[in-house]
Amino acid sequence: MNMMVSPRKKLIVIGNGMAGMRTVEEILHRAPGMFDITVFGAEPQPNYDRIMLSPLLAGDKTFDQIVLNSLDWYAEHKIELIAGESVTTIDRAARVVTGEHGTTRHYDILLLATGSNPIVLPLPGVERSGVMTFRSVADVEKMLETAGPNKSAVVIGGGLLGLEAAHGLNLRGMEVSVVHLMPTLMERQLDASAAHLLERSLTQRGMTIYTSANTESLDGEGESGPVHSVTLKDGSRIKADLVVMAVGIRPNTNLAKASGLACDRGILVDAAMCTSDPAVFAIGECIEHNKACYGLVAPIWDMAKVAADHITGLAQTQFTPIATGTRLKVSGVEMFSAGAFMGDETTDDIILRDAARGIYKRLVLRGEKLVGVVCFGDARDAGWYFQLLKDEESIAHLRETIIHGPVTASADPLEALACLPDTAEICGCNGVKKSSICTAIAEHGLKSVDDVRTRTKASASCGSCTNLVEGLLKLTLGAEFSAAGAKPMCKCTTHGHDEVRHRIKGGMLKTIPAVMQALEFHTPNGCASCRPAINFYLLAAWPGEYVDDAQSRFVNERMHANIQKDGTYSVIPRMWGGTTTAGELRAIADVVDKFNIPTVKITGGQRVDMLGVRKEDLRAVWQDLNAAGMVSGHAYGKALRTVKTCVGSEWCRFGTQDSTSMGVALEKATWGSWHPHKVKLAVSGCPRNCAEATIKDFGIIATEAGWDLHVGGNGGIKIRVTDLLCKVTTDEEVMEYACAFLQLYRMEARYLERTAPWIERVGLKYVQEKIVDNAELRRSLFEDFLYAQKFAQIDPWAEESACNTRGKKYDAMAELV
Amino acid sequence: MDGMNKTNFLDVGALEDIAPLGARTIATALGDIAIFRTDGDEVFALRDQCPHKQGPLSQGIVHGTSVTCPLHNWVISLQSGKAQGLDVGCTPHFAVKVEAGRVLLSLP
Repeated sequence: MNMMVSPRKKLIVIGNGMAGMRTVEEILHRAPGMFDITVFGAEPQPNYDRIMLSPLLAGDKTFDQIVLNSLDWYAEHKIELIAGESVTTIDRAARVVTGEHGTTRHYDILLLATGSNPIVLPLPGVERSGVMTFRSVADVEKMLETAGPNKSAVVIGGGLLGLEAAHGLNLRGMEVSVVHLMPTLMERQLDASAAHLLERSLTQRGMTIYTSANTESLDGEGESGPVHSVTLKDGSRIKADLVVMAVGIRPNTNLAKASGLACDRGILVDAAMCTSDPAVFAIGECIEHNKACYGLVAPIWDMAKVAADHITGLAQTQFTPIATGTRLKVSGVEMFSAGAFMGDETTDDIILRDAARGIYKRLVLRGEKLVGVVCFGDARDAGWYFQLLKDEESIAHLRETIIHGPVTASADPLEALACLPDTAEICGCNGVKKSSICTAIAEHGLKSVDDVRTRTKASASCGSCTNLVEGLLKLTLGAEFSAAGAKPMCKCTTHGHDEVRHRIKGGMLKTIPAVMQALEFHTPNGCASCRPAINFYLLAAWPGEYVDDAQSRFVNERMHANIQKDGTYSVIPRMWGGTTTAGELRAIADVVDKFNIPTVKITGGQRVDMLGVRKEDLRAVWQDLNAAGMVSGHAYGKALRTVKTCVGSEWCRFGTQDSTSMGVALEKATWGSWHPHKVKLAVSGCPRNCAEATIKDFGIIATEAGWDLHVGGNGGIKIRVTDLLCKVTTDEEVMEYACAFLQLYRMEARYLERTAPWIERVGLKYVQEKIVDNAELRRSLFEDFLYAQKFAQIDPWAEESACNTRGKKYDAMAELV
Repeated sequence: MDGMNKTNFLDVGALEDIAPLGARTIATALGDIAIFRTDGDEVFALRDQCPHKQGPLSQGIVHGTSVTCPLHNWVISLQSGKAQGLDVGCTPHFAVKVEAGRVLLSLP
């Protein structure tokens, strides 16, 4: 009936990694529907960004954030993914592959993208538990099982991968040593001077570096106990709960060899990426072309294009290896190298050193051409140098100023960007060229950096090329860009709130000056609008690490009280769930008398407000309230304010659940948390809703069956009734959903955006997907919230009244009366 | 020069007692005076009252050489006491300097 006239050809890809999937994307881009595609992957996960393993290890990214092609993507393109099954045989005569679990598939064209294996040195003790490599998500998971503060790790190998692993483990609080066989670190990418600066910089971060060090053995208890130390050839011993071997990779040719394909170090391919069998192509780290093997992404993206051209038969392109540059993904270390950076007797050097700033730049020239670059400490101009190197044109006219970068050559950065050729690489992480970005902007009507990220992946990983992407948007869209792009945070910057947050996380920015530097703020220290926002974003991004900047707090949060029109303050202690005691009320009465507080008022959030307290009296007032067991109510902050409750089933004849206890428990769990704006909760014990939970940020209403959870309500200028998030049955669920919701809000909403406009902006469905549908994400948001609370639940009143230096701000500096 | 008033500077405290990008007040017979410190350790003195609704400028956020009033976000120049942008108003400013880590204020 519905017969296919000519059945589609079958393409099988062995290897579900970056190289294989990039080729599939290129094929789909050229000829969607030409093939029935099956992908075999030995790893159980969908395709992820292997370059981002180090941020994953360091905890800067989650696995979800490094997934390149989600399972939905495979389904959408009707690709059969057989994950978690490695292929054991290829019958080239019958054109059939068989997996380890017995799955067989026929192919017309086969693509091998089997990648590489880490080299494991045959050292005594290598089989002990705790010894591992650094190549896959499974390796990272294994490391994290052992990693932790006060434990020691030894990384064998001081190359790119080894140092990224060492950095990640260091950030996890481990005592990290790097053992490197050669006299200098990263000798394949750095000359001795740059390597020295790198070593110094890593040592300052607390790592111990052993160079010219040869490992003798990996030691543990008895024959098979877990590793506890590493012995070097010179007899020295290093404590190690974890040993990571990162000495290099070897193309994975086992399957190709077994099926009789020509192999040497790698699977031999021609410039069309075709193996010795015309029906079999190979790509990526498993191949060898012209006696060279590849381990960096840029040439692999080129291979993917060539392979896609030949597999679809649409073009006869040839793979020509181009120079590649290397950057180290260690936050705060700017490093780049490319080409013949060591120089020889036929080359000249131009060198710039700035010892105080730790900057070293070396340009290697042969005749009038740039042939090698090393930058350390300042790699801003790396892209420009790299382009000059690839262009292979005379730089004679630039020679006098070239070491200072393109700034002197062209004062306008936009003009410099316009001058870059179409083939210039903008995003090194994802290998995106200038032309791809400009084409995508024009073809798909992209308006913002985020649009470009989604469409091209440029600037989606480390974010260091964001300024370039923005520049290209400006160049392509002209005046339309600023109008259409994200609204700047304030006049100090062109960046919007979301961009600033993205860069804080992606760029590991941990101080306000670092943010302002990296995002090129126009003002020396921001303004009253951006500083509190950045301070909050840093506080939310780096709990326990970022030190709050009091001078970037609005007066109320700096003084822990609400400023009034006459310059006096109002003081509101916390009353858990709106409950109080005779003792608390008596203490409040005494404070009112003692300090002549003119007005006492009951607030809408079920607490007592003392108005008209003089600045000089604040600390004494707090001390008295603290002594009676009361703490700050944060009535002054962009923070968790109140949890309003009704009396509930304990007293009320209609109550179905104990709303008061639930409210108290929620307030005890959430007090002290900082948010983009104030946050109010309420718990009603029955649908009569006496606690007015449906105009709160998070409202809870008891039913006979459990609890209804409502979100995004607001009783302010613009009243908004909550949306029903979901229904739950247990008290534990209420706690988990509430905290997860607050965490999502504090991590994603813009500063001064309350939950109501936030939900209207992102949509209720978005929030439900994250909090209701995705139990794993909810769980991890809940845990993140609890973790941040460990550092947030400190009563500022007790802290301020105990600290003399902080206390100074409450008193006059001098009295000249 | 002859005839010029000899300005009289009073020691009002140590520079380190004012946080960078912060302010402290001095109680005087003329009312409170706010002393501001920039991130470059320059100091400025203004009457601690915003020309708009008398908000305490000492409690505002200091940025560059301006302070934003905590009550209604007027931005006041630390150098001249003048309101910036479209707002119009001026608050008195006083001579102040730092010598050997001490803040010296001159009152008229």
